[in-house]
Amino acid sequence: MATLRDLRRKIAAVKKTQQITKAMNMVAAAKLRGAQTRMENFRPYAESFANMLGNLSRGIEPEIHPFFQRAPVVEKVGLVLMTADRGLCGSFNVNLINAAVKFMREKDAAGTGVSLTCVGRKGRDFFRRRKYELTNSYVDVWNKFDYTNAQVVAREAMSEFLTGQVQEVYLIHAEFINVAIQKPKLVKLLPISPEETTEEAEGGAALEYIFEPPVEQFLEFLLPKYVNTLMYHGFLENSASEHAARMTAMDNASNNCKEMITQLTLVMNKARQAAITKELMDIVGGAEALKG
Amino acid sequence: MAEKQLQLEVVTPDRKVVSTTADIVVCPGVEGQFGVLVGHVPFLSALDIGEMYYREGGKTEYLAVSGGFAEVTGTKITIVAEAAEFGREIDVERARRARERAEARLAAAKTEQIDWARAEAALRRSMVRMKVAAR
Repeated sequence: MATLRDLRRKIAAVKKTQQITKAMNMVAAAKLRGAQTRMENFRPYAESFANMLGNLSRGIEPEIHPFFQRAPVVEKVGLVLMTADRGLCGSFNVNLINAAVKFMREKDAAGTGVSLTCVGRKGRDFFRRRKYELTNSYVDVWNKFDYTNAQVVAREAMSEFLTGQVQEVYLIHAEFINVAIQKPKLVKLLPISPEETTEEAEGGAALEYIFEPPVEQFLEFLLPKYVNTLMYHGFLENSASEHAARMTAMDNASNNCKEMITQLTLVMNKARQAAITKELMDIVGGAEALKG
Repeated sequence: MAEKQLQLEVVTPDRKVVSTTADIVVCPGVEGQFGVLVGHVPFLSALDIGEMYYREGGKTEYLAVSGGFAEVTGTKITIVAEAAEFGREIDVERARRARERAEARLAAAKTEQIDWARAEAALRRSMVRMKVAAR
């Protein structure tokens, strides 16, 4: 049976934990707002890009650029896995890692190798602990990242593709659906399928563009940027999802603390009352004894 | 002058920089500077690191752009760039420091190809920034 003092201590400890989780909840909420603003600001850029590529890719032969070319045999695929750098965000990292493991099992069953790149400490640590060979890893990026980080990751993935080490490149990131829901999402980065890019384009007749420089060189210039855009989009979604997941997790934690405090206080009050009753009985008993 | 005005949009990953109408837009294409008026034929061009400007009712605005391209349809020009800033937004001190860094890297990395190209691009970006800021 816990003594009164133990209970008081326990309550104080839970209160402190609650203070921390509350603070983390507020920090995550503020960061989530920032991340959402960034996503909003990125949208016009992504839309302009998709529109243009959609207009462009109609009437373009896949042979024109290696990024459009499907390999006849896929021996190895590249996978970029995004996770958070830190924990305390519920099942966020686990969901992403599970999605990656599932993807890799499927590829493994099909006899296809996977070259894995991790963005975020949690994913890297998971695979490192299991002695899995990582092609590349980027950690401590989530606290402060911008377009250049996405460029670096995309550049490595593209060079793997272009040098023929892998025949396809995929990306797994968390998709921000709303504050309560974030889902792992698998995106195919390379090769680029023109059909996939056209769906977002506006309808209407394709415009006959004049290209400067000629279309081959223009694509040479443009397509890497398109991959960068997809990658940056993944960064933004993943970051917003992380903060949302942490916010929810910390909100739950704060609520659990509150509940725990209520129950412990109840137990403590009972214990105190029991102690008082016992003391009273002692006193009364003592007084009776003196009388007699 | 019943002709419609040209619509101009400049977007970067971080924000929509400009959304306005303009009489003329002049951009630094990779194969030379070009100007766009309303009614231009559909045109796609990669952009160099450089300065672009647009004129609207006698007022001229300068921007430093890098890593982008321009899409022109008859009535609209969209500049999609990795970075674009107005002259007044540019931190000259930062650009100057960037130039010094880039120069040092150029001097150090004379041998390595990739480093060289990157340092050169950085140098050009900083110089364009300073030029535009001085307008």
